[in-house]
Amino acid sequence: MSEGIGARVKRKEDKRFITGKGKYTDDIRMENQAYAAFVRSPHAHARVNGIDASDAEGMEGVIAVLTGAELKADGIGNLICGWAISSKDGSPMNMGPWSALATDRVRYVGDAVAVVIAESPTLARRAAEKVAVDYEELPAVAHADKALAKGAPQVHDNAPGNLIYDWGIGEEAATDAALAASAHVTEMHITNNRLSPNPMEPRSAVATFDESEDHYTLYTTSQNPHVARLVLSAFYNVAPEHKLRVIAPDVGGGFGSKIYIYPEEITCLWASMKTKRSVKWTADRSEAFMTDAHGRDHITTAKMGFDKDGRITGFKVDTIANFGAYMSLFSSAVPTYLYATLLSGQYNIANIYANVRAVYTNTVPVDAYRGAGRPEACYLIERMMETAARELGLDAAELRRRNFITQFPHQTPVIMAYDVGDFGGNLDKAQKAANVAGFPARKAEAARRGKLRGLGYSCYIEACGIAPSAAVGSLGAGVGLWESAEVRVNPVGTIEILTGSHSHGQGHETTFAQIVADRFGVPINNVSIVHGDTDKVQMGMGTYGSRSGAVGMSAIVKAMDKVEAKIRKIAAHQLEASEDDIVIEGGEVKVAGTDKKMAWHEVGLAAYTAHNLPAGMEPGLKEGAFYDPVNFTFPAGCYIAEVEVDPDTGVTKIVQFTAADDFGTIINPNIVEGQVHGGVAQGIGQAMLESVVYTDDGQLLTGSYMDYAMPRADDVPFYTIEHNTTVCPNNPLGIKGCGEAGAIGAPPAVINAITDAIGSNDLSMPATPARVWAAISAARPRVAAE
Amino acid sequence: MQVSMTVNGQTVAAEIEGRTLLVELLREGLRLTGTHVGCDTSQCGACTVHVDGLPVKACTMLAAEAEGCSVTTIEGMANADGTLSPLQQAFNDHHGLQCGFCTPGMVMSGAALLAVNPKPTETEVRHWLEGNLCRCTGYHNIVKAIMAASGQQVGETV
Repeated sequence: MSEGIGARVKRKEDKRFITGKGKYTDDIRMENQAYAAFVRSPHAHARVNGIDASDAEGMEGVIAVLTGAELKADGIGNLICGWAISSKDGSPMNMGPWSALATDRVRYVGDAVAVVIAESPTLARRAAEKVAVDYEELPAVAHADKALAKGAPQVHDNAPGNLIYDWGIGEEAATDAALAASAHVTEMHITNNRLSPNPMEPRSAVATFDESEDHYTLYTTSQNPHVARLVLSAFYNVAPEHKLRVIAPDVGGGFGSKIYIYPEEITCLWASMKTKRSVKWTADRSEAFMTDAHGRDHITTAKMGFDKDGRITGFKVDTIANFGAYMSLFSSAVPTYLYATLLSGQYNIANIYANVRAVYTNTVPVDAYRGAGRPEACYLIERMMETAARELGLDAAELRRRNFITQFPHQTPVIMAYDVGDFGGNLDKAQKAANVAGFPARKAEAARRGKLRGLGYSCYIEACGIAPSAAVGSLGAGVGLWESAEVRVNPVGTIEILTGSHSHGQGHETTFAQIVADRFGVPINNVSIVHGDTDKVQMGMGTYGSRSGAVGMSAIVKAMDKVEAKIRKIAAHQLEASEDDIVIEGGEVKVAGTDKKMAWHEVGLAAYTAHNLPAGMEPGLKEGAFYDPVNFTFPAGCYIAEVEVDPDTGVTKIVQFTAADDFGTIINPNIVEGQVHGGVAQGIGQAMLESVVYTDDGQLLTGSYMDYAMPRADDVPFYTIEHNTTVCPNNPLGIKGCGEAGAIGAPPAVINAITDAIGSNDLSMPATPARVWAAISAARPRVAAE
Repeated sequence: MQVSMTVNGQTVAAEIEGRTLLVELLREGLRLTGTHVGCDTSQCGACTVHVDGLPVKACTMLAAEAEGCSVTTIEGMANADGTLSPLQQAFNDHHGLQCGFCTPGMVMSGAALLAVNPKPTETEVRHWLEGNLCRCTGYHNIVKAIMAASGQQVGETV
């Protein structure tokens, strides 16, 4: 079928975006709309001794200046982290208070202390500059290792030594013993650089309070509007759920940063009630850099042991994770259950132990960013493997092959049970597509041009399809991670799919329609996808962790099963046949082996006219389902980067990038490959360009696109994408997920390639020309001056 | 102050503050919200429009500077009969967009390139797009779409 599963269907949603008719939050204008501007701390750490808003309040067009004290007095609750992690000694994590508007202390540059509501955005900003805040500066700490040092400035009083938790997983004694008995141990110190997610659409919120109904409406840039409503209602006390409608219209990318419910949305809702005006706030890019949750920021020491045959004996990891000034919504889960549980990679490792310490610093809160924990794990493992291969004098691909898991299911020592995979096959496919056999000749040719050419591998695995509710609940999650769907067949046979997943670039309006077309034989143009509105879709958990396919689509399939069961009953009754003989294909409902049939729309009409339904059957054709996954899914693949370095300048060019991914069933290859392209570009960005930089005292140096290097069109190549599919056995469509793979797999492939090219392993991300040049220079034998 | 110009073929006049940026006039004054603001330092290119045929970042031009000019925004790029222009169609054909936020700027920038260089090489396309950031596509399909709109096929076949 041309529009069904596997078809390269063009996107249905494109037209509105290509013609400028997309409807993003900042495009919305309410009647009686006012504008918010936040008064933000210029200090990384300070006591707030007073706020004098009189000058601002006196400006014409200023409606109100609101502070944290008033917010607190109105009972608005503190922001929370929704995943409880306990330390090794059983003590709970040390979560410091986080008010949407700080009252007594500010803890990072950008922490908001007040909000101005005014008749125009310009007025609001001008007035915000007139709010005088009496700050008493305090010593600050920005970097994770320094935060743990004795005598470091204390970010929160209830987190002594800035330690949030000291958590462990695996068997430490057994791992130590395995390392001690190893023929070779590779040891590395690895930094995973801090990133800013940077969806191109800045965050935005438009809040309206309807006094006559005590009802709030929030338009916002969210990946999960239902989770936003739940948290705003249950924890932040903005309004009860039935009095709060959250709408996430077109959203311009998220990458994790739009999962969280931030101080600005809370404040806009509250301010709309205080001022009886619609309140709009849209971040400028500098606000995005200093308020959107950052990602990564790990410092790790690791040891990997090998026996005399190059087989891994044990892996011991010690990681410090920088959480910034406050615990963001899912922050605690990222370096624990999304990182340490993936430390087995694609390899048979009998002994693993990881210790993770999470620390507060005076920086922007850190949470999940595309990949979330898994890029940190993959980078660590794949840098270790490449380094070990060099130390052992083995081919980097051969060392990986010797250690690949080949039997499934496979239980790792760190919780995860891999269901299926073909790691050797991924590597074969990538090597063939990248023409690895021809690399020596290309390297020699580059050398004749004075260039250093290198090749690097990365064999990644991730846990996606997040996640089985009972399992994550037992690990401390405060929510279940199922998904919901409703299938509405209209009387004329067109179909609406209501889903709790949210598309902010993923193309759900197309791919979700494709699975319906595949099942019922209706054209995708007769299928509409409804999402992103808590008044239309009852409940949902949203889109992140590559879950829309594996979890969101599975819920749709489950609802379609119920619809099909009812259709069979109706058709069997009307066509005087057995339910078991009814087949649905090509837009018709037929009795197998006969010429008896109903057109698709006739079944819909029959269900709603209800003139001739089986005895006792309710009219209508609409079914809902909740789907709770039984396991994570495990997308995996092999990436090969090939680079050329100019030894005189350190300028590095990616000349070839090959991906061979196993995502399970693919609904639309165009969209899946697009996800890989974008993910790989973000991975290349992390490896070569991007880094959030703070001074030691917590001043943010990368606060604009002039300072933070985003990947641009001429920084990246055309990518070669291959698929090597093993079908996921644990969900109805066999989907594993594809959204995060590129960002997870690409960084180590790039760094392995550059270090291969320059012959020095001493290189950190981002591998800027200056760093590459320095690494080359440091490794070069010194020539005595004449 | 008063300003008048042609926007997408229509004459418009508006009373504005002197500090009003062209993008503010387009988005807020004329409600042409297809032109987006993704940054404040002229780096991202989401606000790219054409002023007298040349690509301009509308966040970095005062509306007053466009006095008497002919401005074209993404809303003015489709064919007269409402069908997509060849470049817009190429973005759809080659999956050149995901979240869609950078797309108007990419289309405007790409169209400006093809106006001065009807058969650009891949390198020329990538160099031209330096002023337009996209976080979703890794640029692969955007470059393909622009090359395809110029009548050239690149990359793997679809």
